[in-house]
Amino acid sequence: MSPRPGFVLDVDKSTPPILFWRGEELSLEKLPTGSRVIYPPEALPAIKNPREAIAHALDNPIGDSKPLSELLFAGMKLTIAFDDISLPLPPMQSPDNRQLVIEEVLSRAAAAGVDDVVLIAALALHRRMTDAELRHALGDRVFDSFAPYGLLLQHDAEDPENIVKLGETDHGETVDMNKRAAESDLLVYVNINLVPMDGGHKSVATGLASYESIKFHHNVKTMRHSKSFMDMHNSELHTSNWRMGRFIRENGPKIFQIETTLNTNTFPSQFRFLERREWEWNLADRISYHTTALSMSKSTIDMKRNILHSIKSPHAMTSVQAGEVEAVHELTLKNVFKQQLVTVEGQTDIVTMGLPYIGPYNVNSIMNPILVACLSLGYFFNMYKNRPVVRKDGVAIIFHTTDWAFHPVHHPSYIDFFEQVLSETNNPLEIEKNYEESFARDPWYIHLYRTSHAYHGVHPFYMWYWASHAMEHLSQVIIVGGNPKAVHRLGFKSASTFNDAMEMAEDRVGRDPTITHLHMPPLLMAEVI
Amino acid sequence: MIKEQLKNKKIAITGSTGFLGTALTERLLRSVPECQLILLVRPTRRLSAQQRVEKEILKNDCFDKLRKELGSKFDEITKSRITAIAGDVSVDGLGLDQKDAKILASCDIFIHSAASVSFDSPLDSAVNVNLLGPVRVAETLKSLSQEHKKPLPHLIAVSTAYVGAGHHGLSPEVLVTESKHMCLPDWREEVAAAKRMRSDTDTLSRSVENLAKFAKMAREDLGAPGTSLLAERAEKHRQDFIEDTLVELGRKRAQALGWPDAYAYTKSLGEAALCESKGDLRVSFIRPSIVESSLESPHAGWIRGFRMAEPVIISYARNMLKQFPGVPEGVIDVIPVDLVTSAIITVAAVGPEKNDKPAVYQVSSSVRNPFRYGTLVNLCEDYFTKNPLYDNKGQPIAVPTWTFPGRGKVQAQLSQTVNILEFAEKILTKVPLRGEMAEFSADIEEKRSLAERALSYVELYGSYSETEARFPMDNSVKLYESLPDEDKKEFCFDPLTIDWPYYVTHVHLPSVVKHARAKTTPGKSVSLSREERARKIILNPEPKLAVFDLEQTIINSNVVESYAWLATRHLGTGPKTRLAMGLFAEGMELLKIDRRDRSDFLRYFYRRYEGAPAAQVKKDAWELFSDLFITRSYPKAIARIREHKKLGHKTVLITGALDFIVEPLRPLFDEIVAVSLGEENGKFNGEILTTPPIGEARAIIMEEMAAKLSLDKDHIVAYADSTSDLPMLEAAGIPVAVNPEPKLAAMARKRGWPIERWPRVPGGPKYLLAVSRRQLGASTILPTLDIKAE
Repeated sequence: MSPRPGFVLDVDKSTPPILFWRGEELSLEKLPTGSRVIYPPEALPAIKNPREAIAHALDNPIGDSKPLSELLFAGMKLTIAFDDISLPLPPMQSPDNRQLVIEEVLSRAAAAGVDDVVLIAALALHRRMTDAELRHALGDRVFDSFAPYGLLLQHDAEDPENIVKLGETDHGETVDMNKRAAESDLLVYVNINLVPMDGGHKSVATGLASYESIKFHHNVKTMRHSKSFMDMHNSELHTSNWRMGRFIRENGPKIFQIETTLNTNTFPSQFRFLERREWEWNLADRISYHTTALSMSKSTIDMKRNILHSIKSPHAMTSVQAGEVEAVHELTLKNVFKQQLVTVEGQTDIVTMGLPYIGPYNVNSIMNPILVACLSLGYFFNMYKNRPVVRKDGVAIIFHTTDWAFHPVHHPSYIDFFEQVLSETNNPLEIEKNYEESFARDPWYIHLYRTSHAYHGVHPFYMWYWASHAMEHLSQVIIVGGNPKAVHRLGFKSASTFNDAMEMAEDRVGRDPTITHLHMPPLLMAEVI
Repeated sequence: MIKEQLKNKKIAITGSTGFLGTALTERLLRSVPECQLILLVRPTRRLSAQQRVEKEILKNDCFDKLRKELGSKFDEITKSRITAIAGDVSVDGLGLDQKDAKILASCDIFIHSAASVSFDSPLDSAVNVNLLGPVRVAETLKSLSQEHKKPLPHLIAVSTAYVGAGHHGLSPEVLVTESKHMCLPDWREEVAAAKRMRSDTDTLSRSVENLAKFAKMAREDLGAPGTSLLAERAEKHRQDFIEDTLVELGRKRAQALGWPDAYAYTKSLGEAALCESKGDLRVSFIRPSIVESSLESPHAGWIRGFRMAEPVIISYARNMLKQFPGVPEGVIDVIPVDLVTSAIITVAAVGPEKNDKPAVYQVSSSVRNPFRYGTLVNLCEDYFTKNPLYDNKGQPIAVPTWTFPGRGKVQAQLSQTVNILEFAEKILTKVPLRGEMAEFSADIEEKRSLAERALSYVELYGSYSETEARFPMDNSVKLYESLPDEDKKEFCFDPLTIDWPYYVTHVHLPSVVKHARAKTTPGKSVSLSREERARKIILNPEPKLAVFDLEQTIINSNVVESYAWLATRHLGTGPKTRLAMGLFAEGMELLKIDRRDRSDFLRYFYRRYEGAPAAQVKKDAWELFSDLFITRSYPKAIARIREHKKLGHKTVLITGALDFIVEPLRPLFDEIVAVSLGEENGKFNGEILTTPPIGEARAIIMEEMAAKLSLDKDHIVAYADSTSDLPMLEAAGIPVAVNPEPKLAAMARKRGWPIERWPRVPGGPKYLLAVSRRQLGASTILPTLDIKAE
């Protein structure tokens, strides 16, 4: 039986309560009759033999590119850059796509007699990965053959010695790049395309760039003109990245792009109920829901995090394509949409979403309030094509515990951003104007980014900009079940129950609003017609 | 007419910086415009007699009225009428130089009001001032008169009505030497005994057992802040022991002879001694009872200093004295200060005509216009119910209702409370507490000290509220009646004029409340507390040296954990657990060494690094930085350091931790002072290269740095968490206690040091003992796996 496509459920009297994530907890909420629930398509079948598929892709590149083997030669400088810890979500069960692809690339390089090979995690301004995380992404063989010899690097956007400026685009955008990558005869980029935003020219133009480059597209103006940034043809973020990417194509190293897509098989079998539609739950699903929800509500926050962050997702590869960046990415996007796209008719007054425990920036970490804002208003809100699921001046009701909690190692500048910046203003433009520079240039944050495992000092700003399109579009944001003080600091309203939130939304959307729930994760992309 | 009688008279006064003396000086200046004053004032280390007169007497609000009357001429007139001479009644010959002696020789009237008025003075100092003082005055006046060929002045000795406190019933205005109901020992023997007591007690304080006891007490107070502070504290305990013993000896001796305390006892003997040594001097005794705020002059409610009844009243209003002894139907003898000055001036003006037997004038209310103790308590209760004081949270304080149990019962209850709290406090300071628990322990200490204070009030003043003695003032009334009406009005000292309820409610209590600077309005206090003021200075842009301790100040971790983390970095689970358990088992032993001497502890502990590969450990330290330091850091501490840096302050880390471990913190600090380990052939040898920066060493390092930057003490901010950093904190102008342990918390509160409560980051990971969570498959690099103490 082939997997069922995405589905928009119209809630009626017989509809059972719907599953909502609330960070590290879960709940079932009864939605009003007439509400809609958008379910993602079921997981597409995985590629039976990924190694074979990878080999095939490497040997049969698309676009204007020769097969990989023909690009490799003895004495060459080869750099393999790969996506960092932010992908995929949750981290996938071994072997990771990156491991499979890189092993295949390395065997071809060995065959060609290439001995100058360096691996670089394309961190952009993300935190350095730990050895354990690198080992998980790359596998023991790759890790042990590179790490001990200093050949497994993590991109350092603040290392002046190892950043080169390639030039400026015709829009005056600085194009900086990792020096090793720039000076290579071939740069192979290995990606995992979880959401439509990932991949393409963004891989290199952002992943291996510096703050001086990234600031040209990671800013409030660009983000407000990216409608959405998940839809590259309507995304200013991508337009800028593509300009940079094309500049690199002309002036930088030769790039061989390898992109992979995953299916939405997101949770291990014991959590199968998370992916099933509620009216189809059997007894086992019900029992596992109740035991999970109960044990989560009874555990300490540390225990919950430990358990949840140890989940490795059974995502499987659905496609792999290699060759020239733009051609590859076009095909990749097709494959991503095949898995995630759901057609939705018309906008809604209220969009509801239950946020899971994990987002791109808190893998093995803590989802702090700023990340809550980013995951909901940045990511979930923007998972649309054409127009947002919620109408202009509509309301978003978000379910999350929103604890006043931060990971001290990963998010030090977030702590200060929350304490010092958001306490003064929530306005993205003001924040950008008055605070960004000082955080971005702060030597202590730079020190922590470079030597510890901290996100760059400017990163919390980007999280806020990510949400700026939604903040402008919505008239109210309500968080259900959050820490009221933390929610208030974000500039949102806090409600203790869904009903309270509905009451609060009433003066914005009237007594009888339309409601649409995004049933994520697994991820879905709504094409609103 | 008194003004006429005192015209052009030279009046010498001792004790003019005191409550009564200031009132007297002002009264004479204002009401007797044509007399000259000679103020005999003891110079202090910083102020001369003249400066004390200007600063401590003339600046007092007592002179507000006169200042207003004289306007711009105030300075000129006071200068022309007052001659300040340097003298000291506790020294033979009053410590006068030739010039001053000549000035004093010219006086017509000498009013001796200097006294040690404290009820709990040590025996010998009470004897020296109260007993020997009058004798010295008499001897000096006699010899000056002979030397300068001047007539002897009239000596007015201010004594106390309570010389007769031992009486049940009336205590008449007769000389103590003539009293039938007084056991008066030979004063010379008492003087000799008091001197002996001082030296005997001193000897006793130096016994082996006592010296050991003081050292132990110092350690209990301070922990391990280094030798010099401990020595200083132990010496203070020894001095306190001597003083306390002499206070107790004084009280016991007085009580054995029938007086309530050393004050009344020494005053009585002082009268006797003066009678004996007065020679041809004309002497009058003025005996006021309990002198309190003025009825009218210079203004209603004027008072100086926090005296006997005031602390009791304020403690009552703050609900800190739940009970107080006393007989409600008994009479409490209080007299406003202006009545006493009037009496003195009258006696000075009228004077004894010839060298007769000294006259005695009591200025007291208990017979002439008795005021019941119960009435006083009721008036206080009413007053503070209507006008409550407010606690620091802005809540009104309800006053207790006193039920007048006996003194014994109140004392027993309070002693019990003190004992229980002391016990709890002892236990709490033994446990390693932090944060809220530590402050709870500081709360207990505060409660204990309040209970102790209450107990001391009961012990000191209880006898005054229970006294059965009454003090008639027949002589005084007779003198008063003899005055012309004008003087009666101007220099009234008849207590009949006092309307007690009015005096208490509208004069005395408002004045006491004002003087206590107690909070009388609801809401948060507007004025900044000492702590808040200090806070404001910390982050102003003036150049500063900001010095930080590491453990518990910036991070919630310690050297043992750093070691454990590094040692387990390359270990499998089994040996990792064994090492952790071993350190746990050793914990108490390590804590003990640490408490005894931090330096010893570090030397002992760092030996474990012997044989470890230096390069690898230093590399691992960078991961430790993330995994242990940043994870366990206090974000507010880091934010504070960064704020200092932003303001251009010099930031310094002084720590007993190893240099390579704190190296990653380098960008936060302009300078890091840490411990270095010796290396041989690429391996650590376990030896410390320099003296660890601990205790006094920290203070010295800090002061040297400040000196280099030409910054004085006021520009040093020091942040630390425990009493072992006390030398550093004390050497800084702005000491800040960060997450203090109980002893430091209590100390910081008392001294008004800012206390910072910097929490770990909310939601950050927690674990009991730091062991590295990652392993790379290799075996341990720190070979000292056997961590049993040698």
